[in-house]
Amino acid sequence: MSIKLNGELIELNEEVKNVQQLLAFYQLENRLVIVEHNREIILKDQYESTPIQHGDEIELVHFVGGG
Amino acid sequence: MLKIADKVFQSRLLLGTGKYPSFEIQKEAVAQSEAEILTFAVRRMNIFEESQPNFLEQLDVSKYTLLPNTAGAKTAEEAVRIAKLAKASGLCDMIKVEVIGCDRSLLPDPVETLKASEMLLEEGFIVLPYTSDDVVLARRLEELGVHAIMPGASPIGSGQGILNPLNLSFIIEQSKVPVIIDAGIGSPADAAQAMELGADGVLLNTAVSAAKDPVKMAVAMKLAIEAGRLGYEAGRIAKKDYAIASSPTEGMITT
Repeated sequence: MSIKLNGELIELNEEVKNVQQLLAFYQLENRLVIVEHNREIILKDQYESTPIQHGDEIELVHFVGGG
Repeated sequence: MLKIADKVFQSRLLLGTGKYPSFEIQKEAVAQSEAEILTFAVRRMNIFEESQPNFLEQLDVSKYTLLPNTAGAKTAEEAVRIAKLAKASGLCDMIKVEVIGCDRSLLPDPVETLKASEMLLEEGFIVLPYTSDDVVLARRLEELGVHAIMPGASPIGSGQGILNPLNLSFIIEQSKVPVIIDAGIGSPADAAQAMELGADGVLLNTAVSAAKDPVKMAVAMKLAIEAGRLGYEAGRIAKKDYAIASSPTEGMITT
């Protein structure tokens, strides 16, 4: 299935079925990351219970330097 | 002492974290500035490229109050979306509302800033809007219930210093919430001037991060803000048109 991840259309690895697995796939489990799934914020305790489906739009954001 | 909502700070310098030459210099500049509030921006992670170090992950966040901004937003709705993402980090409940209305001057959109501030207050954020130096807009923001007003001294990153000290002093005079001069500060003299006008704090970034020696400039800004504040509290003398001798005019040996 394909999803839109950080604005880019990507073909998702078949093992990735929820947000937890998505973060693991990109090795972001221990990073400071904030997840938005179809415009809804997903908190840490919801990562595993949030399934990813074809056509989903996901944003993975973080803090960067700024004024 | 600077008090924003229920938070108390010893330092009146709020420091931005953008555009430092290196993390090492940035860490040292932040430490030397003695700033307690640091601003950040919210951006997409660069997940498709090699993992890059992140300044925040190298920082002992328990020692600082994080003030994320909504930079990148052009509408109130976009600002609210960014603010909520920032808050979901669990690291902060303050937000610098920054809704830009003009790409060239980076001046804030007053209507969207007001709207975003109202929406974020309803969501329970501690709201610090970056605004132009418009006196009436500042009053309208205060009436909404924002926790501090942050008027710009001059366009972001321009280093032009305070272009309209009169407007800033009107805003300072009328405000019951802290007024933090944000954007456009170029030199320690500008920061001191803001504090002498009676500002409660100064938020700056480029003036330190792009200085030849950011660490030294961080110290200079800290001292300038302290000096300006002390000068304000001490009360400057009135300006006069003509000279008034400091030495006694009696008992001169030349007459």
